Amino acid sequence: MEKNINLKLKVWRQDGPKAKGRFETYEVKNISTDSSFLEMMDVLNEQLIQEGKEPVAFDHDCREGICGMCSMYINGHPHGPDEDITTCQLHMRKFKDGETVTIEPWRSAAFPVIKDLMVNRNAFDEIIAAGGYVSVSTGGVPDANSIPIPKEAADEAMDAASCIGCGACVAACKNGSAMLFVSAKVSQLALLPQGKVERARRAKAMVAKMDELGFGNCTNTGACEVECPKGVSITNIARLNREYLMAKFKD
Amino acid sequence: MTKIDSKIPEGPLAQKWTNYKNNQKLVNPANKRRLDVIVVGTGLAGASAGASLAEMGFKVKSFTIQDSPRRAHSIAAQGGINAAKNYPNDGDSVYRLFYDTIKGGDYRSREANVYRLAEVSNSIIDQCVAQGVPFAREYGGYLANRSFGGAQVSRTFYAKGQTGQQLLLGAYQALMRQVHEGNVELHTRTELVEIVIIDGKARGIITRNLITGELERHFGHAVVIASGGYGNTFFLSTNAMGSNGSAAWKAYQNGAFFANPAFVQIHPTCIPVHGEFQSKLTLMSESLRNDGRIWVPKKKEDAEAIRAGKLKPTEIAEEDRDYYLERRYPAFGNLVPRDVASRAAKERCDAGYGVGATGLAVYLDFKDAIERLGRDAIEARYGNLFQMYEKIVDENPYETPMMIYPAIHYTMGGLWVDYELQTNIPGLFAIGEANFSDHGANRLGASALMQGLADGYFVLPYTIQNYLADDIRTPRMSTDLPEFEEKEKKVKDRFKKLLSINGKYSVDHIHKELGHVMWDFVGMARNKEGLQKALDRILEIKKEFWTNVRIPGKLEGINLELEKAGRLADFIEIGELMARDALNREESCGGHFREEYQTKEGEALRRDDEFAYVSCWEYKGDDKEPVMHKETLKFEYVELKQRNYK
Repeated sequence: MEKNINLKLKVWRQDGPKAKGRFETYEVKNISTDSSFLEMMDVLNEQLIQEGKEPVAFDHDCREGICGMCSMYINGHPHGPDEDITTCQLHMRKFKDGETVTIEPWRSAAFPVIKDLMVNRNAFDEIIAAGGYVSVSTGGVPDANSIPIPKEAADEAMDAASCIGCGACVAACKNGSAMLFVSAKVSQLALLPQGKVERARRAKAMVAKMDELGFGNCTNTGACEVECPKGVSITNIARLNREYLMAKFKD
Repeated sequence: MTKIDSKIPEGPLAQKWTNYKNNQKLVNPANKRRLDVIVVGTGLAGASAGASLAEMGFKVKSFTIQDSPRRAHSIAAQGGINAAKNYPNDGDSVYRLFYDTIKGGDYRSREANVYRLAEVSNSIIDQCVAQGVPFAREYGGYLANRSFGGAQVSRTFYAKGQTGQQLLLGAYQALMRQVHEGNVELHTRTELVEIVIIDGKARGIITRNLITGELERHFGHAVVIASGGYGNTFFLSTNAMGSNGSAAWKAYQNGAFFANPAFVQIHPTCIPVHGEFQSKLTLMSESLRNDGRIWVPKKKEDAEAIRAGKLKPTEIAEEDRDYYLERRYPAFGNLVPRDVASRAAKERCDAGYGVGATGLAVYLDFKDAIERLGRDAIEARYGNLFQMYEKIVDENPYETPMMIYPAIHYTMGGLWVDYELQTNIPGLFAIGEANFSDHGANRLGASALMQGLADGYFVLPYTIQNYLADDIRTPRMSTDLPEFEEKEKKVKDRFKKLLSINGKYSVDHIHKELGHVMWDFVGMARNKEGLQKALDRILEIKKEFWTNVRIPGKLEGINLELEKAGRLADFIEIGELMARDALNREESCGGHFREEYQTKEGEALRRDDEFAYVSCWEYKGDDKEPVMHKETLKFEYVELKQRNYK
């Protein structure tokens, strides 16, 4: 049932990429347990504005767990303590009255802080631009049913494709590795006949870009899979390794 | 009076698009390289247009307010995308998809546009499969289909409950490939704040860099607005928090007509409002109506007991449940179009049969489907939606019925465009939800994705050439021209004014106030008195905003409150135009329901003799009343009928 709780918030404040950050402590009162975590942050910001202070900057947009924009590290977990959801879907019923909640940005070399809880994730776009697609232009393609695809392959590709590009995997990884993100896209396209044609080129280009942008190596800790809000599996990383080795072998 | 020319090509309906393509002007490859096209927005329409134009050889400048093109709100579309493939052999055809869309839109859209949409729908599916979009498949390896509201065939293609995501990622990847090739210049976290018109033609935009706060100037031989709809005028909607109508509004203020602003879609299956801090509403896909049955208690005392928490829905016997959609509309049942389903829910709740703590909810029940198909089958179809529901509401929809209520979802109205998707300002185009063109007064489910991608992949890349072919000798212009200078100054003055107000209320506070007025008087049921009241209230809110808003921070650097304030200033004006349009349209059609115009059974009463037109509003200045022009809708191929889903 719905009730109201009071919380102490320790929020990371940082004015810009090069500025020195610090924790600030705030109190919020009478938060409905039916409200979402970001609605609680809205209440905090409304309070700060009323006090003549600058509100906390954080990224968010769809607030239904699909755009991948929200990105807070809450009590030591990307997207907070609940499983299989993003921060925007986290609800206050997961917190206790009087609890102290620590809120930080993603922390990773490849995702520099822009301000407060906002980080720059353009590196993900650069990796996709390097090869995360089928090189097909608009028009001139065959009928959609001309190539049957086994249901299992289509389903597996869909599971890999459900990645929302939020970066929780990188934030969770002690090495700051982007392997789960890269492997999800490589897997999706390698599983489908349309993507098989350029699979070798794709795996090499995406991995090279990932390395260039300062992401760390994968040491199989599995933290990424645990924290992924969409449950993307690390078996995709195994597939990426296979794709990459096969591609290199052919060189 | 300005003449409205919709530029519908000659010939029989099924030949119009072919005729157009055979006779339009083209731009040769060497000249394409010399032409810049600005595309504002990177959702399905913007990303697909940007990628397609760049593939053809045009130089594209692409803009998004988000950190990545992949975040656009198209990503949140759940259920699917329509196409006239007729793979299930159930009698579908291009004509039927056209007919269902015209009828679903309550005969307030253009025949030629809608026919073209149905015609290119099949190419979209082919294109997306070629890109590696993992659509659902049957065991034989062929594509699966499901049915959606307003149709008697199964023509909806889907990728679990994440169809919009997968289609957007396909378009995003195509766009990023062109970024990699150097044909697209991508500007993320950048917002359009003005449009530059030179010698009567759209020639560029002024943007604000949302990180540095700097104002920037960009030239384009043509400008394409693909910035989505204005549903957030209502504050609470299923739209993303950043979705806004400002780019379209700037176009309007520069002289582009705004068409049918009152046509707003209210989606019947959303999670009900929980409290005053609610920031947005979450949609539960319409596809759920394939297997879920909608009901409220038959007895008022049961509804009252449920609201008081003394009775559970599972304790109500079968004979005490009122499956009101099946009762009222036996032919379509739970799959009536969205406007019909929404109004029926409101009718039951207003009559005192609503459930949930607030009484503003109805049940969507999967008990029968689970008994018939098994829990596993339901989980395979809707697993992610059920999980989402449980996370938000904290109830298990496998065991107890979901609670749903209508919410603002989509805006059919938007910038007026001709057959070429060009506004009345030469060189200014509008695609996707930002234009008004294809859905009339009500959009059918799974048609938004279809329209966005049709415009971006298969229509605009043709029609824009017909315009640009006359521009091949126009060199790139300097952004030091006085027209750019003047617009940048105007923008800067507006931001300075906003920052200087330093009043009492936050942007959200005033936005919520606007939202209440919109929902109460310009929402699901409208009447003359209420709309007049809304106009008065909106003017008061406008005044309050410009004298009493509080925006901390500066123009320089990140200022999220300033971003929101700029958008709210426009929402207030959009709300005013919506109320004005709703007041003018003295009939009920699709999502627009005027209480004065209904049948004895409470169904919408259209008045074709007087209102079979598109209302095109022309801006006349900040404090002046806009002028309405009419584009009369001619129906040569379909007969206008009262919609009947019984």
